[in-house]
Amino acid sequence: MQSTGSVPDYTFLDQMEAAGPFHAAECFQCRKCTSGCPATFAMDLMPDQVIRYALLGLKEEVLRSRTIWVCASCETCTTRCPNGIQIAEIMDYFKELAVREGIPSPVPQVLALHETFLDNVRQGGRVFEGSLLPIFFLRSGQLREKLRKGTWRDDARMGWRLLRKRRFALAPRPIKAREEIRSILRPSKRRGVLP
Amino acid sequence: MKVTYYPGCSLEGTARDYADSIEAICGFLGIHLEEVPDWNCCGATAAHSVDHKASVELAARNLNQASILPNEDLLVPCPLCFNRLRAASWALEHEEGGRYSFRLQPGIPMIWDLANFFGTESMLKELSLKVKKPLNGLKVVCYYGCMASRPPRVTGSRDHENPQSMDRIVKALGATSLHWPYKTDCCGASLMLSRPDMGYRMVGKLYDMAQRMGAEAIVVSCQMCQSNLDMYQERIEAEWGRKFAPPIFYFTELMGLALGMLEVPSWLSRHFADPRPLLERKGLLP
Ligand code: SF4
Ligand code: SF4
Repeated sequence: MQSTGSVPDYTFLDQMEAAGPFHAAECFQCRKCTSGCPATFAMDLMPDQVIRYALLGLKEEVLRSRTIWVCASCETCTTRCPNGIQIAEIMDYFKELAVREGIPSPVPQVLALHETFLDNVRQGGRVFEGSLLPIFFLRSGQLREKLRKGTWRDDARMGWRLLRKRRFALAPRPIKAREEIRSILRPSKRRGVLP
Repeated sequence: MKVTYYPGCSLEGTARDYADSIEAICGFLGIHLEEVPDWNCCGATAAHSVDHKASVELAARNLNQASILPNEDLLVPCPLCFNRLRAASWALEHEEGGRYSFRLQPGIPMIWDLANFFGTESMLKELSLKVKKPLNGLKVVCYYGCMASRPPRVTGSRDHENPQSMDRIVKALGATSLHWPYKTDCCGASLMLSRPDMGYRMVGKLYDMAQRMGAEAIVVSCQMCQSNLDMYQERIEAEWGRKFAPPIFYFTELMGLALGMLEVPSWLSRHFADPRPLLERKGLLP
């Protein structure tokens, strides 16, 4: 990634560790996290670079990176880091921070899926797949893309097969404690307030 | 034996086949499943990605709901749910637990990943005694994915780089589980929806290796892995320009087969890549 030349924020590490602790300062750049990461092919910063940038206070670069959004949350890096650094958890923290600071995701589909999913949970307390996917396709712009490319037919066929195989619940089954769920899960507009 | 059961949202929908197989084999083995009262979604990847506090609290509510029942064990078939429930209990029991507006109630049961539950010594012994139709000649690789094992701090796994539970189960059923290096490589999880190009590449890699190892099918314990590996085969084959098409079994379906349960074909009929022709060839279809 090209450096945008932003001013380093030397308090960044402290902010981060206050939300953790993630033990980022213990990184000795062995790159084991990156070696085992299955998603590097889609990343602009390698996982070890994310940690390094964070230590250097390059907050903007990290929060604007594609890496934090294409991370698959597979936990391989966290598991293998010889210094116990919680890299996958740091990726999550950065996503949440980016949302809170209003930094647009460079991979908007990923954020759209998370937001659609959480709105869905807020509604009934459980996910209802029947409305999750259509709304996500609409919200992420994938529907327009599918219509343009004609690939919507594949999806329609897949939906139809699921339906025929009775793998789609036809109606949501909301839980009783929906109010409680709403008090836990804020609406997307108010999300991103870290503990 | 009574156990508490947290099915999770997918098992009410696209993973209906997994749910059916679990309920049937548990019934067969005399394991009575009691659902967590009024359980909610664990929050899954979405919550831990953009709302950490809610991700802990959503999962924690389920644990408190589970504590209402007197059972000692909580069975969680979905590895992602399993992981989130464990992560919540870990978060609340550590120093920073005070950040959350939740306390865990006393009497939280032991949280089990389903494959590990059936992979214990005593379960395996009981299972092998009950096998009616050994799955001789079926060559599979077991694919564990991420969330049942990692991070071990949360999951409690001791063999996270080379898990064994499903391999042991499959062997107890008479099938051959082949060694392969991609047991715990990621299938892309929800990226299959948001970044299908990434998903196709990650899953294609798994097919490729399974094929090179000579596997006739892939066995999974996760409905997310199952749907990622089962539903997009045509597109992945088109992308890779190769034929793969392996059937993707839940380990519970293989248990049903070996236990001689007649309803197995109806579960299998819900897959996209139909496993029945392979079983037919092997003479393993009831
Ligand atoms: S594995 Fe850990 S110590 Fe090594 S580079 Fe990655 S974060 Fe740093
Ligand atoms: S959790 Fe993310 S960064 Fe870490 S290895 Fe997995 S995909 Fe890579």
